[in-house]
Amino acid sequence: MLRLLQIEFIKLWNNNASRVLIISYFVLILCMALIAAIKFDIGPIQFHVAEQGIFNFPYIWHLNTWIASGLKLFFAIIIVSMMANEYSNKTLKQNLIDGLSKKEFIASKFITVFAFSVISTIFVFLVSLVLGLFYSDFTELSIIFSELEYLLAYFIKLLGFFSFCLFLGILVKRSAFALGFLIIWFAIENLGIRFLVWWLAGKEASASAMKFLPLESMGNLIKEPISRFKAVQSMVEQVGEEFHKDYSVHFYEILIVGCWTSIFIYLSFILLKKRDL
Amino acid sequence: METILTVNNLTKKFGYLTAVKDLSFNIEKGNVYGILGPNGSGKSTTLGIVLNVVNKTAGDFAWFGGNVSTHSALKKVGAIIERPNFYPYMTAIQNLKLVCKIKEVPEDKIEEKLEMVGLLERKNSKFRTYSLGMKQRLAIASALLNDPEILILDEPTNGLDPQGIHQIRGIIKKIAAQGTTILLASHLLDEVEKVCSHVVILRKGEKLYSGPVDEMLTSYGFFELRATDEPALMNFLGNHGSFGSLKQENGLITAILKEEMDASSLNNDLFKNGIVLSHLVKRKASLEEQFLSLTNHNK
Repeated sequence: MLRLLQIEFIKLWNNNASRVLIISYFVLILCMALIAAIKFDIGPIQFHVAEQGIFNFPYIWHLNTWIASGLKLFFAIIIVSMMANEYSNKTLKQNLIDGLSKKEFIASKFITVFAFSVISTIFVFLVSLVLGLFYSDFTELSIIFSELEYLLAYFIKLLGFFSFCLFLGILVKRSAFALGFLIIWFAIENLGIRFLVWWLAGKEASASAMKFLPLESMGNLIKEPISRFKAVQSMVEQVGEEFHKDYSVHFYEILIVGCWTSIFIYLSFILLKKRDL
Repeated sequence: METILTVNNLTKKFGYLTAVKDLSFNIEKGNVYGILGPNGSGKSTTLGIVLNVVNKTAGDFAWFGGNVSTHSALKKVGAIIERPNFYPYMTAIQNLKLVCKIKEVPEDKIEEKLEMVGLLERKNSKFRTYSLGMKQRLAIASALLNDPEILILDEPTNGLDPQGIHQIRGIIKKIAAQGTTILLASHLLDEVEKVCSHVVILRKGEKLYSGPVDEMLTSYGFFELRATDEPALMNFLGNHGSFGSLKQENGLITAILKEEMDASSLNNDLFKNGIVLSHLVKRKASLEEQFLSLTNHNK
């Protein structure tokens, strides 16, 4: 397994473009800390983001995993091109001739994606922990380490999304087209399927069907945290609206994304096995 | 003798097109094999199948007696097919290190193999800066990293300039001299004739011949004869039991032998029968003539 990871690492790290992208991705995660530095100081109005309670434990786990998962699109470029380049350079063919089995080939890509998801999760954990320790109003251990399921959700979300990217890379064989396909798929889910089911079976059915679609189910893992923020909630209540939303991470949601992950990896393997190179 | 590769009734169909039809042959250790055939005769497809990149339709093949899986057998094989494929953004050394990882062999042979193909000075240049000849030589170095039991080369001199072709052939001969089994696919006959001891000849995916090169040149050769009294000569040859077909062209008679006969005894016989020759040459058919006659006969 280590050998497969090393093989993929040599391929990625010696490529200037992917090396720059990988480093920038992790630097960007670190940059989340910069939100703390946002400060407005206009005469009588003083506004310091960090002091508004957004970095309070355990809310910070939710907020930061949500922000960081926005960066995954950036990483999708690396994943898709690391797969598609194997086709365009014909190195996939050479790898197989050199004695890598098709299973090992897929495994080396999946292990790499897995490793990146783990590292990314650890990064988000550390950045949030440090930010929280600086700015949180509560620093009791039991509070700090509550709601850690958002990190698990973040990890599952990355793994699922990257597996989808891997699959698209193999399916389409061209990085640019694969990324285009990703966007088209997003449109298919949100416009095509959502309204098709709505039209056929009504709003309720549409909402429950959406939960099972790959991109939507990944998006559902971590719900937007903005409206959960106290300041926003009190604002909404002033307007007179009642506010009830379920923000928690559900087990069945993780299960759905887990299923998609295995489906994508399995389909990638089948495609590779069936195709003549 | 140890069998390296056995191919049994292998068939590959691309839709309605049959690229390889019911092909069987064996590769024994220590020989240099040529797979000969015109373009599109199924050479690359056959190699693709045994190298695990093309899926077979029917039949089977076995590496090293069939006791190992194809992908682990390939770790003991060195192969280059069509174009050299490497990561363009990596240097020769980095590319070869990756191959070592895949083949699970130590990295200490890299320099030695680069030296052998004459690329040691360019070892730190990126692959994309290489000329086609250099790329092809790097591919050979890469195929040799594991000191393979068999080296498979598919059209190794395709698209190279005469100097490049010469270099590659020199390298192949050097490797063959070390006792490595080689399987060389080519449509260049002189290439195969110069290097190979055995041949498999394909046409439209079917095997026409497989066996030693010498036996393929089965004929006992032929005589080219010219005499003043042509009808008498034709008459004599026609009645002689040792000759097969006779051909007359521009006053030159070509008589193909059915059994061994040397030029002096023929000359002697003819003289005794009162036929005086003005031209007598005994020749062996070249691989090219044999190949053309084989591929034409079976149309």
